[in-house]
Amino acid sequence: MTERPGDTPIIDIRALSLAYERGGTRNVILSNLDLSIARGEFLVIVGESGVGKSTLLRVLIGLAKPSSGRVRLDTRPGCRTPMALVFQDARLLPWRRVVDNVAFGLEGAGLSRAARRTKATEMLALVGLADLAGRWPHQLSGGQRQRVAIARALAVEPDVLLMDEPFSALDSFTREGLQDELQRIQAKTGKTILFVTHDIDEAVTLADRVVVLAGSPGRIAAEVRLDLSRPRQRRAPALTEAARHLRAELSRRSAEL
Amino acid sequence: MRYLRSTLLAAAGLIAFLGFWEAMPRLGLINPAFLPPPSTLPAAFLREISLGIWPEAVVASLSHYIVGLAVGAGAGIGLGLLSGMFRPFEAFTAWIVRLLRPIPGLAWVPFAIIWFGVQPSAAVFIIAIGVFWIVFFATQGAVRHVDRDLIEVAQAFGFRSPLSRLVKILLPAATPGILVGLRTALGQAWMAVVAAEIFGVPGVGQRMMQASSLLSTDIVVVYMLTMAALYGLFDTAFVALQGWLLRWRA
Ligand SMILES: Nc1ncnc2c1ncn2[C@@H]1O[C@H](COP(=O)(O)OP(=O)(O)O)[C@@H](O)[C@H]1O
Ligand SMILES: [Mg+2]
Repeated sequence: MTERPGDTPIIDIRALSLAYERGGTRNVILSNLDLSIARGEFLVIVGESGVGKSTLLRVLIGLAKPSSGRVRLDTRPGCRTPMALVFQDARLLPWRRVVDNVAFGLEGAGLSRAARRTKATEMLALVGLADLAGRWPHQLSGGQRQRVAIARALAVEPDVLLMDEPFSALDSFTREGLQDELQRIQAKTGKTILFVTHDIDEAVTLADRVVVLAGSPGRIAAEVRLDLSRPRQRRAPALTEAARHLRAELSRRSAEL
Repeated sequence: MRYLRSTLLAAAGLIAFLGFWEAMPRLGLINPAFLPPPSTLPAAFLREISLGIWPEAVVASLSHYIVGLAVGAGAGIGLGLLSGMFRPFEAFTAWIVRLLRPIPGLAWVPFAIIWFGVQPSAAVFIIAIGVFWIVFFATQGAVRHVDRDLIEVAQAFGFRSPLSRLVKILLPAATPGILVGLRTALGQAWMAVVAAEIFGVPGVGQRMMQASSLLSTDIVVVYMLTMAALYGLFDTAFVALQGWLLRWRA
């Protein structure tokens, strides 16, 4: 799904800047960033490590405050959790069983315990882990943990799913499996997804649109739209071509800056 | 096999210890009035029970122990959480803590007696103070060291108030550390029980003092072993509870 004319973007970031003050020095991470995300879009942000990708997601979810600029959301009014974040390391709560981890975000939503469990079980089935509901997090593999984290984020029915390099710690086998799974979930739920990665192949496999974040302070250096049907053939010529283009942009930008 | 062997060795060690203990007074190496041989203890124990002294002393001491532990641990956990959660609270109390912390629990005995009289509440007070600091520092440290990443998870899911941070993350994450403090306190509290009762509050400690002034050392030893057994019982139960509460750990 790409942006149709007339649609208001679900997230509209304007002139966003963020700097950390430390010991009198000002470290500008993001400067004057403009970015909008269409409803239902799968937007992938790529960039080298340290460029400010996580920082951007942290601003959106409210874990960091921008120095200036604004973020306009066109999410459902009154929703407690318009966005949900999947962290790079799953960050499950080790003292909760898998099902209770998935139900975590629902505890502020005024649902009964039974209703929360039902919803959590449903989400676990969606990520293919229905059998592991009663396990403790330490009994899961890295890939399973990340699936639980995805289920936990989906359970709160966010309008936008934010994902911060969610597969980067996994072996390539597991990673490709989860990439396929994520595309399937998006097709099924129609969620807007803002996905951050430093892996260009992952970016072109998943994205409707890829945005390159580069430089210091970070700004948007290039953008590629991928209007390809899904499910996608991994390493299809069009994807390889897009990846080559992005790599060229990235190295050109880092040479410039 | 290995387990069996170490059990056998442990039993052999205990038997050797008891044999040595029995032999010393019997061979006349030690005056039996100074060290009663273990074989005399069952009779002394039965006598104390038939007189009804043992159950009464044990019940009294247990009630001091449990109430003192609950009060001290409750206050320690509560203030430890506040101090671990809120920097201003920690700063405000920093010098008060420095002033009061080094004072040994027993140094409070004169005030305990002046404030509460020779009453169970005086014993409870002394025990509670002994327990308080251990639990307070364990709780404060445990809360302070909770993984910030987990606190962020709560924030990212919209749990931003201090109360929800406490309930959703801090308390469960700090539980292992708090339990370690509580277990130490469990032992510390028995010492405080004896100390508090030696000053006359009825209980095991008081009975030991009476018996020693009559040179009934067999009775003294009966109560020493009683306390060892009670402590062992509590500690075993506590470890089981701890294991259950922390069953989520690898
Ligand atoms: N709390 C913080 N205080 C100071 N600097 C920070 C803080 N968080 C991140 N940074 C800095 O901001 C930069 C961008 O970090 P991040 O957004 O995590 O990058 P990325 O996710 O793209 O790898 C890094 O140089 C990092 O050191
Ligand atoms: Mg990052």
